[in-house]
Amino acid sequence: MASPSGTPTKITQGSPTKGVIGESTLRPDGTLKVTGEFAYSSDMWHEDMLWGQILRSTVAHAEIVSIDTSQALAMPGVYAVLTYDDLPTDVKNYGLEIQDTPVLAHGKVRHHGEPVALVAADHPETARRAAAKINVDYRELPVITDEASATAPDALLVHENRDDHHAGHVPHPNIVHRQPIVRGDVAAARERADVIVEGEYTFGMQDQAFLGPESGLAVPEEDGGVHLYIATQWLHSDLRQIAPVLGLPEDKVRMTLSGVGGAFGGREDLSMQIHACLLALRTGKPVKIVYNRFESFFGHVHRHPAKLHYEHGATKDGKLTHMKCRIVLDGGAYASASPAVVGNASSLSVGPYVVEDVDIEAIALYTNNPPCGAMRGFGAVQACFAYEAQMDKLAAKLGMDPVEFRRLNAMEQGTLLPTGQPVDSPAPVAELLRRVKAMPMPPERQWESSEGADVRQLPGGLSNTTHGEGVVRGVGYAVGIKNVGFSEGFDDYSTAKVRVEVVAGEPVATVHTAMAEVGQGGVTVHAQIARTELGVTQVTIHPADTQVGSAGSTSASRQTYVTGGAVKNSCELVREKVLEIGRRKFGSYHPAWATAELLLEGGKVVTDGGEVLSDLADVLEGETVEVEAEWRHRPTEPFDLRTGQGNGHVQYSFAAHRAVVEVDTELGLVKVIELACAQDVGKALNPLSVLGQIQGGTTQGLGVAVMEEIVVDPKTAKVRNPSFTDYLIPTILDTPTIPVDVLELADEHAPYGLRGIGEAPTLSSTPAVLAAIRNATGLELNRTPVRPEHLTGTQLS
Amino acid sequence: MRVNFTVNGRQQEADDVWEGESLLYVLRERMGLPGSKNACEQGECGSCTVRLDGVPVCACLVAAGQVEGREVVTVEGLADFAKQRSCGTGGCGTSLQDSQHWDAKGTDSQTGEGTELSPIQQAFIDAGAVQCGFCTPGLLVAADEMLERNPNPSDADIREALSGNLCRCTGYEKIMDAVRLAAARQSEAV
Repeated sequence: MASPSGTPTKITQGSPTKGVIGESTLRPDGTLKVTGEFAYSSDMWHEDMLWGQILRSTVAHAEIVSIDTSQALAMPGVYAVLTYDDLPTDVKNYGLEIQDTPVLAHGKVRHHGEPVALVAADHPETARRAAAKINVDYRELPVITDEASATAPDALLVHENRDDHHAGHVPHPNIVHRQPIVRGDVAAARERADVIVEGEYTFGMQDQAFLGPESGLAVPEEDGGVHLYIATQWLHSDLRQIAPVLGLPEDKVRMTLSGVGGAFGGREDLSMQIHACLLALRTGKPVKIVYNRFESFFGHVHRHPAKLHYEHGATKDGKLTHMKCRIVLDGGAYASASPAVVGNASSLSVGPYVVEDVDIEAIALYTNNPPCGAMRGFGAVQACFAYEAQMDKLAAKLGMDPVEFRRLNAMEQGTLLPTGQPVDSPAPVAELLRRVKAMPMPPERQWESSEGADVRQLPGGLSNTTHGEGVVRGVGYAVGIKNVGFSEGFDDYSTAKVRVEVVAGEPVATVHTAMAEVGQGGVTVHAQIARTELGVTQVTIHPADTQVGSAGSTSASRQTYVTGGAVKNSCELVREKVLEIGRRKFGSYHPAWATAELLLEGGKVVTDGGEVLSDLADVLEGETVEVEAEWRHRPTEPFDLRTGQGNGHVQYSFAAHRAVVEVDTELGLVKVIELACAQDVGKALNPLSVLGQIQGGTTQGLGVAVMEEIVVDPKTAKVRNPSFTDYLIPTILDTPTIPVDVLELADEHAPYGLRGIGEAPTLSSTPAVLAAIRNATGLELNRTPVRPEHLTGTQLS
Repeated sequence: MRVNFTVNGRQQEADDVWEGESLLYVLRERMGLPGSKNACEQGECGSCTVRLDGVPVCACLVAAGQVEGREVVTVEGLADFAKQRSCGTGGCGTSLQDSQHWDAKGTDSQTGEGTELSPIQQAFIDAGAVQCGFCTPGLLVAADEMLERNPNPSDADIREALSGNLCRCTGYEKIMDAVRLAAARQSEAV
């Protein structure tokens, strides 16, 4: 079939400047995005295409007694209705690490909104109406919603007959994974403590709420295969999960990255990928599936809600003695990324502090709540909320300044994590705190104007609920640590294909990777790296697809590090080949070809002394140099299952925040006035994009501090607020100015010294806002998000 | 039903429109104008913001039948609309009569190379206000309309005008910068 409309094409970008790393070059896809021409996955269109629709369970836990599809099939315009029985092979499940997620429910549903049947029709409304005519008879089962119900003696098992590799070491089959970490002697250290604080913290279920809904177009191909145009975070991970279910070899499932409208972890798991392919292969027609927002809330995993119990001790001169914690993460009905979330939560549970004696346990549960998995900063986000609250409590109990107390205990390069792994690159925790505290404070009563109070600047805003009466200000600080890259022994590599050739007399580099550009600006940085290494101006970014090797996931703050590292590495290999050609062609004209260190700069071959030996175009005349190569960061190792010891992480990312809030104490309304951030980024490859990541991550942390939570009914495990009317994310009115102080301390192990940056600002933003609200109100506030009733004391039990 | 209306200066006709069809569906699926985005389809996110007879609306909340005989401007027509405005009446605002005299040119460039942009579009690129870009079309239409009404907005004015447009990537700081930049460039040009 012909390529569908919206098929991504190469984008060639020149640069008025050198356009190398360190410059704020502009996005190569910027013009397409501001003109509406950039095709997202939901914009794909093919002549004759059908629309797919998914029927989802209306209950959280039930046996499926029967499914009657006859009325749906009889509707004019309906081409196919598929259930579990129509799956073509023995592979009927998928999953990132544990293949426990049914493509379509079989005999049982385990959470509200689980896919049960598929419809393809010639109009989206016909498909919706047909899905509504499928009659599913459910026999409801009791729901498992928390640790108590999951591990009760008579608890039903969410998954019977587990045979995954965590099944053997968990204390109960309704626990996905458990990671203890023990180090030092907590009992002895506890004896040295002059003060001890304990806390029980609750972290709500956050949604990624990317704006581009899950969507894609599957086009059947003449060879019996299928071409999927899709918005995802990792093409090759999808491919590995899709192909076996379809019964196709991987080379017959071609995947092209379509425009991605944000991700934040929510596209790590499959959503409609297999469904669209199944319908396309069944009907022989292209099939497009687009979720609406309601379905999107059911169609991807969320951030794990968590209960965290912490105990810290400190001496009276302010040194931490020990830490004990137990972190219970609710993984919901399917495993998704739960094991890795447990690994992060446990290994980073101490935060960026020196504590030698620790006793840590983290678990993730199987329940009938919505499945939870990856979201920006996973595991580390929940822990940071709790340990930072503990730091404030300790400081208060000791009568110390909370920032000084943190600085006194701050980790630095060489500090051992609780896993025994040394932090072997700069860890400027104390410096970030110093910097963020030193930033100028926003003026008091900034809402006052010559014409009276500007209500837009006050809690409650244009609702006009206060002109300043009952409003108090608070200031809070927090700092966090996030691992960068995939940890615990994962082979975390990336692939880049780089070509250089002469086009219209000018050298042009083409960069082809499978990296998912989800908005972060990876394509911008790839062009900068190619210009830096190859001395060209024009760089062509090839669309991401599975015709090149895996780039790994756009997650864990890893893409600039790992795929950026792969692009740099492939460019270096290309450069060596180019220089070989140069030596062959022109070596006899100048001895420096043989003796000097040679560079490619400004479209020329130059010596390290700056002498020009040749135009790059002349070297490349009649030649095309291309290299595809894999690149990996330093290997890591798993954590020991009993002690948690092991060199599990690659790199760390640190950010600190200062929040200034004003609270209307009578109505419990919060206005965040300013959210300042200081972050070490190692090396800012593109400073403008770095700021965008920090400010965006900060705002997602603000959201879960004061408004964002998926509310699940504890009696039914059903989602109560699957819409942007009821699940609130920060608007431009809710979001304050976010001044940023960027520190660049190189990590010698990483390309250009860079540090993954996307997640760290999401960690410390939330506890800083909570600390500021506590500071304003004097309330303890052990849960996030904070709602008005928590501040006014009017909460119903 | 059949609906006749003007999109980006061109007369358009849509046949067999069903009763529940939104203006957003007509634009995206019938007119081949997917620039207006479908992020929530319930009027909460502003990603589908278009001008309807000059007024910014969420296209998802406008029934297709309601646009009969009316003028719609989408992000695809924004550059030409802005150009027409600046060289049309000479002042701020575009009358319905004026807007009927212009005709948006289609851009067929795959890369956007050489595309002429409106000041607000250029400012969004220059200020780093675009990340994933899904909110961008709606924000551009809303911001362009605000600058038409209020060429020198305060920060509070900008926040108020754009409060119906959700962005999940940027934290809005660079969007604020972009609107300030467009306003500054606009006032320099006058």
